Amino acid sequence: MGKINLKLIKSPFNKENPITVQVLGVCSALAVTAKLEPAFVMAISVTVVVAFSNLIISLIRNTIPPRIRIIVQLVIVSLLVILVDQVLKAFVYDVSKQLSVFVGLIITNCIVMGRLEAFALNNKPLDSFLDGIGNGLGYAWILIALGIVRELFGSGSLWGYKIIPQSFYDIGYQNNSLMIMPPMALILVGIIIWIQRARNKDLCEK
Amino acid sequence: MQEIINIFVKSIFIDNMIFAFFLGMCSYLAVSKTVKTSMGLGIAVIFVLLITVPVNYLIDNYLLKEGALAWLSPSLANVDLSFLSFIIFIAVIAAIVQLVEMFVEKTSPALYAQLGIFLPLIAVNCAILGSSLFMQERQYENFGQVIGFSLGSGIGWLLAIVGIAAIREKLRYSNIPTPLKGLGITFIITGLMAIAFMSFLGIKL
Repeated sequence: MGKINLKLIKSPFNKENPITVQVLGVCSALAVTAKLEPAFVMAISVTVVVAFSNLIISLIRNTIPPRIRIIVQLVIVSLLVILVDQVLKAFVYDVSKQLSVFVGLIITNCIVMGRLEAFALNNKPLDSFLDGIGNGLGYAWILIALGIVRELFGSGSLWGYKIIPQSFYDIGYQNNSLMIMPPMALILVGIIIWIQRARNKDLCEK
Repeated sequence: MQEIINIFVKSIFIDNMIFAFFLGMCSYLAVSKTVKTSMGLGIAVIFVLLITVPVNYLIDNYLLKEGALAWLSPSLANVDLSFLSFIIFIAVIAAIVQLVEMFVEKTSPALYAQLGIFLPLIAVNCAILGSSLFMQERQYENFGQVIGFSLGSGIGWLLAIVGIAAIREKLRYSNIPTPLKGLGITFIITGLMAIAFMSFLGIKL
């Protein structure tokens, strides 16, 4: 057990962000963010799955034959996802109904496979676990930011509670229903990428 | 028959895999640089969807669903194995992708050369697993509907990726702010395309 490497947790927040820089796991990030609550639950689920699948694969990395590693990874990831799915169904049934197929799709979420291939197969268990947590949280903040913006402007509420007061509506304010439609998620991610790259010039593409 | 055509058209335009559900975004963003390669990937996706979704439908209907095992013996009528569906579906998909790859390599080397690198990637494409899970969630009534749904989803995905690839080929010559180049503008254009596809929402089938 070496000393805890904080860089592994910090870098995915900005320069190594799974969504905006590595372009992994975009599907679910866009689909579940129309409201804050499912976005939050999804972010936690993905973090748990990435962290533990990284840990398990890293523990057995020397015994997996390279040729069948994809199948081994898929089996381990899908076991973890089944666990998460059953827990969600038991404790937050409404949210799990809203997430519908996207819980199952954590299996093919590119973040999980991407981190397993790129990191867990060549690194020690503790480091891999931290890398998983870091990437999960890097994914989480984008999801939560999208969830906040989309729910606030799309339905005028946060976590189901009304935020925008009734007096605003009385003087003619209206919810922007385009915000909760799928296209706006794509455009918002595009804008996040724009802001991030404008601040970090070295991330720009030629 | 009309029902099948409805589902087919619906899954191409209204429930488009990319514009309505964002499935398969990873490969959609990574491979859409030229029309030729995206066409290859699109065809591979249609091909794999057409095989895996019906197979998973049969497995779901005769093995996993609550009461599905009743055809074996009446005492098994209460067994519900649907919690196993994730792992079974992904195993079926990985196995079939491997089989398809070997089959195509043996029978048609030309097609294999085109699809080659994309086929293994498809096993972890969310659009494939997503279609199987949607098939399970929407509870299609018969085999024909499932075929219509899987073919329609595949064609919808192909349309989307070829469309964005064509736009990106032209984009290379346009003057975009540097931080927005590449990934950023692709997201925004996909969003605009999705808004265009929303116009199909009004169609009631």
